[in-house]
Amino acid sequence: MFHPDYEIVIGLEVHCELKTKSKIYCGCTTEFGGEPNTHCCPICTGMPGTLPVINEKVVEYAIRAGLATDCQIAAFSKQDRKNYFYPDLPKAYQISQYDLPICYEGKVDIEVNGENKTIRLTRIHIEEDAGKLLHEAGEGTLADYNRCGVPLIEIVSEPDMRSQEEARAFLEKLRSILMFVDVSDCKMNEGSLRCDVNLSVRKKGQKEYGVRAEIKNMNSFSFAVKAMEYEAKRQIKVLEEGGKIIQETRRWDQDKGVTVSMRSKEEAHDYRYFPDPDLMPIVTSKERVDQIKASLPELPDSRKVRYMEQYGLSSYDATMFLISPRMANFFEVAAENSANPKTVANWIMGEIFRLLNEEEKEAAVIPFEPEMLSKLVNLIEKGAISNSVGKKVFEEMWNTGTDPEKIVEEKGYKQVSDEGQLTQIAEQVLANNPKIVEDYRSGKEKAFQSLVGQMMKATKGQANPKVVTDLLVKILSE
Amino acid sequence: MKISREQIEHVANLARLNLTEEEKQRFTTDMEAIITFADQLNELDIKEIEPTAHVIPIQNVFRKDEAKPSFDRDALLANAPSKADGCFSVPKVVE
Ligand SMILES: [Zn+2]
Repeated sequence: MFHPDYEIVIGLEVHCELKTKSKIYCGCTTEFGGEPNTHCCPICTGMPGTLPVINEKVVEYAIRAGLATDCQIAAFSKQDRKNYFYPDLPKAYQISQYDLPICYEGKVDIEVNGENKTIRLTRIHIEEDAGKLLHEAGEGTLADYNRCGVPLIEIVSEPDMRSQEEARAFLEKLRSILMFVDVSDCKMNEGSLRCDVNLSVRKKGQKEYGVRAEIKNMNSFSFAVKAMEYEAKRQIKVLEEGGKIIQETRRWDQDKGVTVSMRSKEEAHDYRYFPDPDLMPIVTSKERVDQIKASLPELPDSRKVRYMEQYGLSSYDATMFLISPRMANFFEVAAENSANPKTVANWIMGEIFRLLNEEEKEAAVIPFEPEMLSKLVNLIEKGAISNSVGKKVFEEMWNTGTDPEKIVEEKGYKQVSDEGQLTQIAEQVLANNPKIVEDYRSGKEKAFQSLVGQMMKATKGQANPKVVTDLLVKILSE
Repeated sequence: MKISREQIEHVANLARLNLTEEEKQRFTTDMEAIITFADQLNELDIKEIEPTAHVIPIQNVFRKDEAKPSFDRDALLANAPSKADGCFSVPKVVE
């Protein structure tokens, strides 16, 4: 789709809000929303004379995220002030980490089109979120500092991705990991996961990287993918026309479908970092790291392998269930309680995913318990109901949350396998359809299927298809 | 160490300071004197000395993750030069 002579180079900076109860340096709540400036205190609004103290959970969560992505954990880490003037930051600096981040040198494995690839992580550091600016039609800009001081980790990748598909796979994988290790809700619509994209292009075979543009603050994976596609095409076009790429910050305009240059930030990049004198260094012992490592749950990569080996799932299906811990849990419980986990997987992939949008899939908004799906599959497996009746039962489970066994019982859905009972019905059906019977006798194979269909209709889909087939063959050959 | 006029202008701009011509002159000389003074540190042998991240030898000062009541909003906004709709109001910024 792009120019065949060019290669795209992508690196990502992912900001992830941690799910602590209180902010990073004060006791204000991290709860989303709230009336403007009601989740604030003198510390998070940067009043003079206040003393920030770091939340211990922030350090623990950052280390969890680091261990889950194969990072080294810094024995000695410190916090620095990043200075710039922008009213979303009441102190005129953001507390972040400069040269000694809490985690460094990690990796995330991704799979794109059946191929595996490792994306290296440069670092993960701790920082505080900024406030929200409300750009009203009036004269001023209004500042709401409720988000100010909400803890973040910034995960920085190496420029290892070569397509927007790889970038998307990386983002999805990272998100899944962060959710499984329970350090963040990763709610895109609340901005708790967002990324900056660094993208450049170069001629294939060229060693040096091209000049890159940074696309800021993408809070949707699909917008990020669109922005990357557009930006790569734009840069290639500029170069092909003999122009030069300028290193700059751009933003994605979703309505117009283009990236737009933001005011030149050359000077703003002079952040004059220095160690924050109010905050003491963070020293992490090997024992502490081991302790946190031991508390990690099974990670998505290992689960995926297990789903494939234990339940016979395809790589694709396994990945789909790892969209969130809730979804994975639903699948696992349903699979464990059923006679056929593969069939359970098919029901989820087919019926359940058809009825849910992305957000609902992730939250596993399913109106019945996983054990009920196991029961439904078991009813079909042991021949108590047919597959087509199974669909009806499923529909009712979905609409009312009723136990499938109860639905089958109450609606009299039990599959009819009794030969005597079916023989009576078959004789009736044959008597009512002399033309079809004649067609069949004169060699029209299709006529037979039509008779089976009539049988199913006469039994409201409850006849056992295998028994019906055998029975019809027998009667018709008499 | 020589400090250029451009450096003074750059630093002033980063700090959002508007300097007069006379101030730019004066700060160039002052800054040069300060940097030259600090340059004496370069004469020391620091091979054996660990980089100092903090002057006070204390580490791992943590807070428990407990949400506490926030501040009264009116009190918080009391000293704001300009406010509206429960927010701090600042001169319009455009991205
Ligand atoms: Zn606060």
